[in-house]
Amino acid sequence: MSAVPMQAAPQYAPALQPTYLNVQRTIRSWLLTTDHKRIALLYMVSITFFFFVGGVAATLMRLELLTPRAELVTSETYNKLFTIHGVVMLWFFLIPSIPTVLGNFLVPLMIGARDVAFPRLNLASWYLFMVGGAFTLFSIITGGVDTGWTFYTPYSSTYSNGHVVAMAAGIFIAGFGSIATGLNFIVTVHTMRAPGLTWWRLPIFIWSLYTTSIILVLATPVLAITLALMALERIFGVGFFNPAIGGDPLLFQHLFWFYSHPAVYIMILPGMGVVSELIPCFSRRPLFGYKFVAVASVAIGVLGFLVWGHHMFVSSQSIYAGMIFSILSFMVSIPSAIKVFNWTATLYKGSIRFQTPMLYALFFIGLFTIGGLTGLFLACLAIDVHVHDTYFVIAHFHYIMVGGMVMAYLGGIHFWWPKITGRMYPELPAKLAALTVFLGFNLTFFPQFILGYLGMPRRYPVYAPEFQVLNVLSTAGASILAVGYLLPLTYLLWSLRYGRIATPNPWEATGLEWTTHSPPPKDNFETTPLVTAGAYKYDSQAAEAQREVAHV
Amino acid sequence: MRQLFSFIFPDQASNLAPSVDAIFFALVVLCSVITLLVFVVALFFCVRFRRGSKVDRTPPKGGTLRFEIAWTLIPFFVFCGLFFWAADVYFAMSRPPGGATEIHVVGKQWMWKIQHPDGRREINELHVPVGRPVQLIMTSEDVIHDFFVPAFRAKQDVVPGRYTTEWFTPTKPGRYHLFCSQYCGTNHSTMVGWVYVMEPAEHARWLNQVAVSESLVAEGERHFHSRGCSGCHAPNSQIHAPLLEGIYGKPVPLSDGTIVIADEQYLRDSILLPNKQVAAGYEPIMPTFQGRISEEEVNAIVAYLKHLTDSERSQQ
Ligand code: HEC
Ligand SMILES: [Cu+2]
Repeated sequence: MSAVPMQAAPQYAPALQPTYLNVQRTIRSWLLTTDHKRIALLYMVSITFFFFVGGVAATLMRLELLTPRAELVTSETYNKLFTIHGVVMLWFFLIPSIPTVLGNFLVPLMIGARDVAFPRLNLASWYLFMVGGAFTLFSIITGGVDTGWTFYTPYSSTYSNGHVVAMAAGIFIAGFGSIATGLNFIVTVHTMRAPGLTWWRLPIFIWSLYTTSIILVLATPVLAITLALMALERIFGVGFFNPAIGGDPLLFQHLFWFYSHPAVYIMILPGMGVVSELIPCFSRRPLFGYKFVAVASVAIGVLGFLVWGHHMFVSSQSIYAGMIFSILSFMVSIPSAIKVFNWTATLYKGSIRFQTPMLYALFFIGLFTIGGLTGLFLACLAIDVHVHDTYFVIAHFHYIMVGGMVMAYLGGIHFWWPKITGRMYPELPAKLAALTVFLGFNLTFFPQFILGYLGMPRRYPVYAPEFQVLNVLSTAGASILAVGYLLPLTYLLWSLRYGRIATPNPWEATGLEWTTHSPPPKDNFETTPLVTAGAYKYDSQAAEAQREVAHV
Repeated sequence: MRQLFSFIFPDQASNLAPSVDAIFFALVVLCSVITLLVFVVALFFCVRFRRGSKVDRTPPKGGTLRFEIAWTLIPFFVFCGLFFWAADVYFAMSRPPGGATEIHVVGKQWMWKIQHPDGRREINELHVPVGRPVQLIMTSEDVIHDFFVPAFRAKQDVVPGRYTTEWFTPTKPGRYHLFCSQYCGTNHSTMVGWVYVMEPAEHARWLNQVAVSESLVAEGERHFHSRGCSGCHAPNSQIHAPLLEGIYGKPVPLSDGTIVIADEQYLRDSILLPNKQVAAGYEPIMPTFQGRISEEEVNAIVAYLKHLTDSERSQQ
C-alpha cells in the first residue's frame, strides 16, 4: 500500500528488550507510574472517555434540533445537555487533548530527554484531572447544571438550580492539573534539551506547546479565581456579580473571558504544532519560514491575552473599549494567517505522499482557514452586533476547534501511533474515516453560518420553523461525523493486536523521537542523543531518487 | 430566486441593516477569494508535486523573507481598513439620533415588557411606526437578557441594575422576529416575540385602539407623589433634599467631590441605591426603594423627572 520502504526486520528483538509498555505489567505499575509515556496513555484513555460523554450530549442536542419544538427532550434537559457538552468537551477533552496526550508522550522524546522535569508532579496532574472529572460527572449524574459552559452571572450565582458549585469545583480542580502540566513543560523545555538542541533547532511542536504552557500557567489561575468568586456569591451571598446585592455582572464576563479567550489558543496552538510536523514530513520539504512560524506561535500567545473584550461587544461595555478589542482581534489573526501561508508554501517542490496523517493535516489547513476567516467577521464590530450569540459564532468556533484541533489531534494520533504502540494502523480504513470526518464536519457546521446570519440564536431548543431545513441538514451531517469518529476507535483498537509491527521510523521522519525504538524503552534513548542540525532536514529530491531505486 | 435568497438571508427592515450587510458582503467576497486562493494553490501543489510525478524539484533560491513580509503586511493593511469601516458603522449604531421615540423595555424570565411614552403597554410585542427613529431604554428584573431583532441587525444585552440602549429606524412595514439572545434559563428559547412595523397612520390607529388612562410621564408623577418622593423633594418640604426640577442632563456635584452628569442611570441609581452617589451638601437620609418598587415604576418616575427638565427648558 504505502510507498514507504519498510525495513524488513526490526533492529532489535522486542522480547529481549523491554519497552515502556511491557517493562512492568501490573495495574499498580500503571496507576503509580511516573513515566511520561505511560501518563500520556492514561490521559489518552481518560479524554477518549470524556470525548464520548460530550459526544453523546451533542448527539442528543442535534436530534432534538430536528424539529422546531422541544419534543425529544424538554427545554430544561436541552439546557443541561449543552452545558455538559461545553464543559466536558472544553475542559475534559480539547484543552487536555494534544498537550497531555501527545505533549506528554513527545516533549521529552523530541528534546532528547528521559522524562519531564517533574515526573511525580506529572502523575499528580493526571490525578487532579481525574478528580475534577469525577466532580463534573457527579454533578451531571445527580441532576446536571443548566448554566452553559460560560456560567454567566447572575444566572449561575443566583437563579440557576442544580449542582453549579460541584461542576465549577470540577473545573477548578482540573485547572490545577493544567497548571501543573504547563509548569512541567516549561521547565522541561528550558532545562532538559539534549546537547546541541538550541531553541532555533526545536521542532515547531515544542514551540507551540511551550507557548501553550505559558498560557496555561498564566490564565488558568484567573479562571480558578472567577469560579471561586461565583461559588462564594452562590453559597454565601457575597455580592461580587449580582447587582441586587451590590455586584457587577460584567465583571464576571471580563474575568471569565480573560481566561477563556487565551484558552481558545490553548485549544488551537498545539494543533498548529502537530500540523507543522506533518506537512514537512509528508512533503519531504523543510518547513517554509521556520522562524516565522515559531515566532508566530509566541505572538499568538501574547496577543491572545489582549482581546478578551471581543466577546462583549453587545454586553454594554464602553464602545471605545470595544474598538480597542476589535483592532487587537484583527491583529491576532495575522500570525495565524502567516502560518497558513507557510504551511501551503512548504508543499512547493515537495514529494508529497497522502497517508492518513497528511490528509488530516490538509483538512486542518482548509477548515482552519475557513474558521479563521469567519473570525474576521466577528472582529468587525458592526457585524458582531448582528451575529453575536447566534449560530454563526457556533459554526466559527467549531471550525477552529473541531475542524482544527480535533483534525490535528487525529492526524497526530495516527502519525505517532506506531511510536506509541509499536503497531501500524490500517491505512485504508483510516483514510476512509478521515474523509468521513471531513464531509460530516462540513455538512454539520456550514449550514450553521447561514442560520446564524439569518438570526437563529444559540441555546434554542425551540426555534422559528423557517430554520428547520438548515437544522435538519446539520443533524444529517452530525450523524456522518459520528460514524467518522467511531471508525478510528475501532480500527485503532484492532491494530493494537493485529496491526503490522512498526519499525522505529516508518515515515522516515526527522525528529529525535524517531531515532529510538517503537515503542521506546522506559528511558527513551539508549544513549543521550547529540543534535547537530535544525529540525526538518527533509529533501524531496533525495526522496524521489530513493523511490526510483526502490522501483527498479 | 427571491425565495431562495430569503431562505439564506434575513430581511432588511431598518436603517442599520444595509450598512451592516454591505460590510458582510464585502467580507464574504474577500474571504471567498482568500479561501479559494489557498485551496487552489494547495491543491495545485498537491497534484503537481505528488510523489512520483516527473517535475523539477530543485529547491527554490533566495530566502523566504520577502514572502513573509508580503503576507504579514498585506493582511495588516486590509484588516485596518476593515476595522475602520466596521467601527464607523458600530459607532453610528451606538449613538441614537436626537428626538428618537423613547420606549422602555423590561426583560424578565421569560418575557419582554414594553412601556410606550403614551402609557400603552405590551408584552412580547412591539409596535413601531415606519420611518421614525426609536430608542429602547432597557433593563432587566433578574438575569441578563438580550433584545435581538435580526431584521434590524440590532442587538443589545439587557442587564440587571443598569440601563442599556438600542436604537433603529424601521424602514419596511412587516412583522419581524424578536429573540432573547443571551441565555437566561429554562425558557430562554421561548422568550421571543414580534416587532410590528406599521405605516404611521396605521400605527396611530393602533395607539388609539385601547383607551390609555395616563401617559408614562403622568404615571411617573402619580408614583412620585404616592411613593412619598414629593414629601422630601418639594420646595416647601421640611426635609433638606435637592429639588429635582431640571436635574436631568445636568452635572451634579457629589459629596465625595466628583461631578457626574445626571443621566437615566444616575436617576435610577438615586432611587434604588441612594447611598452609592450622595449629592453634595445633603445628608444621606434618602431611603432605598430597592425591592419596594418595580422596574416599570422606576421607568415611569425617570420619564417624569426627564419631563420636568424638558418642560423647564421650554419655559426658558
Ligand atoms: C426621606 C426623604 C427622601 C425621600 C422620601 C426621597 N428622597 Fe430622594 N433624596 C433625598 C435626599 C436627602 C437626597 C440627597 C442626598 C442623596 O443624594 O442621597 C436625595 C437625592 C435624590 C436624587 C438625586 C438628586 C441630586 O441632586 O443628585 C434623586 C434623583 C432622588 N432623590 C429621587 C427620589 C425619588 C424618585 C424618590 C421617591 C421614589 C425619592 N427621592 C424619595 C431625600 C429623599
Ligand atoms: Cu432572556
